[in-house]
Amino acid sequence: MNRKIIAAVLLAAAAGSALAQDKVLRVVPHSNLAILDPIWTTAYMSRNHGYMIYDTLFGTDDKSQIKPQMVESWTESPDHRLWTFKLRKGLAFHDGAPVTGEDVVASLARWGKRDAMGVALMTFVERMDSPSPDSFRIFLREACGFLLEALGKPSSNVPFIMPKRVAETDAFKQIDDYTGSGPYVFKRDEFKPGDRAVYLKNAKYKPRAEPASGTAGGKNVYVDRVEWNLALRDVQAQANAVVKGEVDIIEALSFDHYESMSKEKSVKVLKPTLGLQYMCRFNHLHAPFDKAAVRRAAMASFDQRQFLKAQVGVDELYKPCASMFTCGTPYASSVGTELQSKSNMRKAQELLKQSGYDGTPVVLMKPTDLQSIGKLPDVAGQLMRQAGFKVDLQAMDWQTLVSRRAKKDAPSAGGWNMFCTAWVAPDIWSPVNNAALDARGDKSGWFGWPDGPKLQELRAQFMRETDESKKKKLAEAIQAEAFQLATHAPLGEYVQPVATRLNISGVIMSGLANLYWNVKKN
Amino acid sequence: MLNFIARRILATVPVLAIVAVLVFLLLRLTPGDPAAILAGDAASADQIARIRISLGLDQPIIVQFGIWIGHLVTGDLGESFYYKIQVADLIAQRLEPTLSLATLTILFSVLVSVPLGVIAAWRFGGWFDRALMGFSVMGFSIPVFVLAYILIWIVSLKLGWLPVQGYKRVADGFWPYLQHLILPSITLSVIFIALIARVTRASVLESLGEDYIRTARAKGLRESQVLIRHALANAAVPIVTVIGIGIALLIGGVVVTESVYAIPGLGRLTVDAVLARDFPTIQGVILFFSLVYVGVNLLVDLSYVFLDPRIRY
Repeated sequence: MNRKIIAAVLLAAAAGSALAQDKVLRVVPHSNLAILDPIWTTAYMSRNHGYMIYDTLFGTDDKSQIKPQMVESWTESPDHRLWTFKLRKGLAFHDGAPVTGEDVVASLARWGKRDAMGVALMTFVERMDSPSPDSFRIFLREACGFLLEALGKPSSNVPFIMPKRVAETDAFKQIDDYTGSGPYVFKRDEFKPGDRAVYLKNAKYKPRAEPASGTAGGKNVYVDRVEWNLALRDVQAQANAVVKGEVDIIEALSFDHYESMSKEKSVKVLKPTLGLQYMCRFNHLHAPFDKAAVRRAAMASFDQRQFLKAQVGVDELYKPCASMFTCGTPYASSVGTELQSKSNMRKAQELLKQSGYDGTPVVLMKPTDLQSIGKLPDVAGQLMRQAGFKVDLQAMDWQTLVSRRAKKDAPSAGGWNMFCTAWVAPDIWSPVNNAALDARGDKSGWFGWPDGPKLQELRAQFMRETDESKKKKLAEAIQAEAFQLATHAPLGEYVQPVATRLNISGVIMSGLANLYWNVKKN
Repeated sequence: MLNFIARRILATVPVLAIVAVLVFLLLRLTPGDPAAILAGDAASADQIARIRISLGLDQPIIVQFGIWIGHLVTGDLGESFYYKIQVADLIAQRLEPTLSLATLTILFSVLVSVPLGVIAAWRFGGWFDRALMGFSVMGFSIPVFVLAYILIWIVSLKLGWLPVQGYKRVADGFWPYLQHLILPSITLSVIFIALIARVTRASVLESLGEDYIRTARAKGLRESQVLIRHALANAAVPIVTVIGIGIALLIGGVVVTESVYAIPGLGRLTVDAVLARDFPTIQGVILFFSLVYVGVNLLVDLSYVFLDPRIRY
């Protein structure tokens, strides 16, 4: 009897000790996690949740190159119309079922109905099939120059691979089965929206041998459990919590805390390689921005440094970049950027006079509750006033803004003329997925609806082109044409700093997404 | 008495019905489209339109209202647009933190403010009275978030006594639970201590001038007995009324306190729901708050019977 009691006590102590030794990574994400289907929404939190539990066919490394991930090898027919992919050995879903080509085909089909790049890819796809459990094929109608870019795209919507039974869910209905094959398993029973999300290490996951790089390479997990604190959203409270050691990582350290946290002995401040681009978007449907000349006058008044200084404030966190594709990525260039890179007020005033601007007020929407972009409209409004525009700066919360920007009505009837926003690098670094370059008039996918047949033709050529050097040339031509059309005004780039405790290492700082493999907690 | 309770409970039905109609209409008149928010920043207009259809937001307002009311009368608050969880379950999940915070705040406030108010009245015009009046002006004036940051800086960061943020459920252990509630409760209590102490002081002061107090003293009762049994007991009605109003004020206070201390309660849920234009959740939470408010008022009214024998329903 006594032995039994002693054994029970020892077992309990061992269990307690094991629990105490569990490495728990406590993360404060940049926002709340509400939607658990990363194909159904483009929200970045859902994308990051996707990276925790799903795997991808290809990844993007920190040099913006596409690398195989679940795929072991692939072949391309000489006419570029048939692509055959072989999956890595040992890929398995969290429920133990092997990942098959059929799962991949179903996942790509669903993604291809929601993601802008996926939709573009599907216009090339004749059919997809799975000739054997460990392979799949994509048959194209004609050569496509961005197939691998699309399959390895790192940001929303990422083509995550789900079990066939899940991927067969209507693309416009959210999934409710979160079985993936990624490096973590989602603890559905511990998920409390607005409070916390929990992920456990997937012990059966087989990482690639290459070192982690961007969303590519080995997804080695060195912690037992990751907890996302979804309740901690006050920026001062976040800073206090990381200093006190109550959390390990703050995904989005506020600019106001950058300096004080940099001096804090118990905290490290990290900067990603790639940043985000600020931009102001014109509504091409209504006066005064229905005229390219007026839009160009506004662009000429936009000195990027003034936006960056007002919005970010910390010199080392921003840099001017006139390119429409993120600086430091393959298609970035200075071709056609003179209007932006050499902007000045006198030129803007002259351009506005020449444009025949009739004094129509510009309805400029300003989000009052989004610190990350809230000052951009103030700067834009002031610069445009100086250039000679009449500006009607309308303050509203961000959610009102995102609802209103979808309206095509005239500004006097509840529509708008201009708003400013920010895009993460991978969402704008290619002519295919840069939504602001979609110039199909009122059929354009993103708000603002520019109409540019020449720009569309150049984008179509880019999509078909398979030669990388020719693609680069086409990207330059696309950028030059976009500046001519004045689709939108790039306002420079910034990086979003991350704060971690000193004992945290290995955080992937590519700027592609917030990823939690490779992270060590000592 | 039972008749009174039954009438009051019945009276909540039209109150809640009016609240339901007002909340529903106000939300539909407020700018903001839940579908655009759910779709994400990079979503196209077509995707947003399809989500709007899936949420039933393309239907005429009267149809939407009919569906919602239909569910409501069967006790179904609907499903959150944002979280895809039943609103009743969401409220249940968030109830414990808010209830804990509110209860501890009220308890702490009453235990501190009533004695302070009584002593201030007893020592009317003295240093204690003046100090309390000064404190109450400060308590009313200082914003909750400023006080929270000051307390966190001193108690948590400098002294390291209590956690900076977060919430632990009772099931996680009583001490961790309490540890996470002490600072938020103190933060939230200050304004209530100021309010209740002032009312207690004024009310007790008025009682102290009454003939029955002179009689009690003439009978040779101890001063403490005079103050508590006679002055405070007769001053209780306005004090209880203020405590009841305080609970309603608390609903507004928890929103800020829960944000600063990262407590996943109903206040935070309300803010998130408003920002996301999560109509079913906002409607559900406001109805719930209305029900709580009506219930608290009923309890306050009933307490009058026990506090003042002259009151009969």
